[in-house]
Amino acid sequence: MDLLIEGLQEAISLLITFDPRVINIILTSLQVTGTALFFAALIGIPLGAFLGLSDFPGKSIIEAVLYTGMGFPPVAIGLLVFITFSSAGPFGFLNWLFTTRAMIIAQIIISFPLVAGFTMTAVNSVDSNLLLQLKALGATKRQVVLAILKESRLGVLVSVIAGFGAIISEVGAVMMVGGNIERSTRVLTTAIVLETRKGNFGLAISFGIILLTITFVVNFCMSILPGRGGRND
Amino acid sequence: MKRSMAKKLVSIVLVLTLAFVVVGCTEEEVTEKLTLATTTSTYDSGLLGELMSQFEEESGYQADVIAVGTGQALEVGRRGDADIIFVHAEELEKEFVAEGYGTERTYVMYNDFVVLGPEDDPANLKGTDDLGLALQKVEQIGLKGESSFASRGDDSGTHTKELSLWNIYGIDIDGDWYNSLGQGMGDTLITANEMQSYTLADRGTFLSMEDHLPNLAILFEGDENLFNPYGIIPINPEQHDVNYEGAEELVEFFVRADIQEQIGEFGKDKFAQPLFFSDAD
Repeated sequence: MDLLIEGLQEAISLLITFDPRVINIILTSLQVTGTALFFAALIGIPLGAFLGLSDFPGKSIIEAVLYTGMGFPPVAIGLLVFITFSSAGPFGFLNWLFTTRAMIIAQIIISFPLVAGFTMTAVNSVDSNLLLQLKALGATKRQVVLAILKESRLGVLVSVIAGFGAIISEVGAVMMVGGNIERSTRVLTTAIVLETRKGNFGLAISFGIILLTITFVVNFCMSILPGRGGRND
Repeated sequence: MKRSMAKKLVSIVLVLTLAFVVVGCTEEEVTEKLTLATTTSTYDSGLLGELMSQFEEESGYQADVIAVGTGQALEVGRRGDADIIFVHAEELEKEFVAEGYGTERTYVMYNDFVVLGPEDDPANLKGTDDLGLALQKVEQIGLKGESSFASRGDDSGTHTKELSLWNIYGIDIDGDWYNSLGQGMGDTLITANEMQSYTLADRGTFLSMEDHLPNLAILFEGDENLFNPYGIIPINPEQHDVNYEGAEELVEFFVRADIQEQIGEFGKDKFAQPLFFSDAD
């Protein structure tokens, strides 16, 4: 119990004093996860919408692959990215290993199945009459997709939130491909591991509290998004 | 009104997120990098942080330190993902150089291992001055089920050292009393502290964490076999495209007289004893 209170106090003092090391860690976390989520949404939402709206032989296999991806252990993805970007690996020439870029790649791979999978489910559950009506009214394919995404925006938003939650809190993959380098690839989760390893439980807990706070603020902001011009149309 | 407030808030957050994305993408590497793969023991003690920031200032390189287990550090070096490695597993290091992955191994410093155990010492190690006997006592108390031994079990330098000790004294570790954790030094100490186990740790890590380990005490120390030398090995530039020049500069930096002295002084003010001893000729 003492540790929790100590951690809370430390978290507050770290935040209000703008400790540059802590600010750096927070910014790196947000930068890596923000970029990864952006690309995951860019790939995942259209893919999910496509899968949700179309029907073709072999679709169930792709669905199963996607659902497997949702449960793929991040550490295994980290190892895969490590081997790929290791200087002896196929993309070694890029020199991305132990930089935030490799971390972003790993996080995209972790989060896009979640985004695509939940988007697919959301699109699937849109009333099928809407589709018929839109077609009857002569809507183009593009208009149909946009209308359906709009109709299922809450579900799509949940898909993005799920993707965000999976990667902001992820540690195994970013530790492996980022290397937890101070002022460069250290993020909140790897900092928690480091401080725990050193026995600084108070500091580790305070990083945990900061992480939780950030996740809450971001999720809160995202959850008021669908309100935009929403219910009155 | 409220809605437009929310709108504003959301757009601020979105703009900020985008700003991070942009910052991330325009990040330019202005200084040349030197990547050092090392063990958690040097990093967690704080010694390396101190030395590397001085090296960065003097040389102008941006030094990236990746602190992992010795096994992983060697593998990172073997794949050419670091320019230089700084580890403590003599046999494995010699192998590493012999196989052509590294150019040359240079002694930098040493520290020593200590046998730790529960404060009340059920195996009575305190009454022994022979390491072999001490380890046998740990085995016996373990077989009786009154205590256990916590091993790193992660192919690290410490783990390799520990395995070689059981081997030297002919003790069979295939029993319920021997727990292979697969964790770093800090985690292993925390586990041993909670389980009231015996364990082997480098003195530096134990001293720097002692405040958090109320149940553990040093019960055996000082034997020659507990000696723990650290070597630094630049990665062979013929094997991989590495920053060999920077690696050589770092080796020269580490063996320099003033840095050697600084290594010997590190930790004295905090723990009243040095954590490492200089070891370069």
